[in-house]
Amino acid sequence: MKSEITIKQARCKGCGICAAFCPKQVLAVSELGKIQVVKGEDCIACGQCELRCPDYAIFVDKLEDMKGATA
Amino acid sequence: MAELTRSYEKYFRQNRLPHLWCPGCGNGIAMKAIVQAIEKQGWTQDNTVIVSGIGCSSRASGYMDFDTLHTAHGRAIPFATGIKLARPELNVVVITGDGDCCAIGGNHFIHGCRRNVDLTVVLFNNAIYGMTGGQASPMTPLGGKATTTPYGSVDRPFDPCHLAKAAGATFVARSTAFHVQHMTDMIAQGMASRGFSFIETQVQCPTSYGRRNKMPSPAEMLKWLQQHAVLKPAWDRLDREKKKAYILDHKFPIGVLHQAKRPELDYDAAYDQVIERAQGVKA
Repeated sequence: MKSEITIKQARCKGCGICAAFCPKQVLAVSELGKIQVVKGEDCIACGQCELRCPDYAIFVDKLEDMKGATA
Repeated sequence: MAELTRSYEKYFRQNRLPHLWCPGCGNGIAMKAIVQAIEKQGWTQDNTVIVSGIGCSSRASGYMDFDTLHTAHGRAIPFATGIKLARPELNVVVITGDGDCCAIGGNHFIHGCRRNVDLTVVLFNNAIYGMTGGQASPMTPLGGKATTTPYGSVDRPFDPCHLAKAAGATFVARSTAFHVQHMTDMIAQGMASRGFSFIETQVQCPTSYGRRNKMPSPAEMLKWLQQHAVLKPAWDRLDREKKKAYILDHKFPIGVLHQAKRPELDYDAAYDQVIERAQGVKA
């Protein structure tokens, strides 16, 4: 996994914009109407989901960056 | 208090989120673009004022952690003009909707442009009155279905960018909710420009507009915006015939549509001159 996906469940309304714009089909809306990661290992950390989330519920960080930041 | 994942989140009133906009509403995207533009400009929570009118779009002021003013319907620009005259050092951003700005507040909008007040006006254009139940607004496209136009609208819609330019705004731009970074950039340029800056952001309303116009999914509406927005330089290169065909196809240009060539006298500077004259100081 190249990325870390943070989902703020309380903010998600399940509109499905992030899932529709994900080029790798990493995300899907669950039965409860919340977004969930279904294929996390495929994520390329492009950030398309975060960019257009109208509810600020999903955030993607590249893992290499995070290691660099903490080292 | 909720943990902040991104730096722009400090500009939101965390205890007010999640906002009450419908699932997939584009207003959230535009609100994020505004706070990111404010961050880009280096404005602070103490020197920035957000003023909004009434409507879905105007709920934004309640979610933003600045000095905010949620005013009467259509009257955001007059309130903002008052703030700017009393405290010219403040940065004033007006958030308004298509009904608020071009119908109820249409007159205030053109006179704000005419006076060239140093404001940044961001219009969230969702082509409908969303909050009151989906009535047709002055921006509902020809043939667009709304609760008040069940067989399609027969009223020609406004082009607010042309209106702003004609009325004297010194910076006019357009963007869409699909082009988030472009939208942020347009708003930031508007904020940097002195005088009346007007930015139209086309946002999707899946609940009141999309559902009635065969686009119930917010992602589909975003894709429509992606397919129908043409960047200004590409638009300018089109020949007459092609441009006509594009317009018939509901395509529109995005980018900086108008910018005053010379810096023009803004309302604050004009008033300073009046004060000098009244006090008898010879310029």
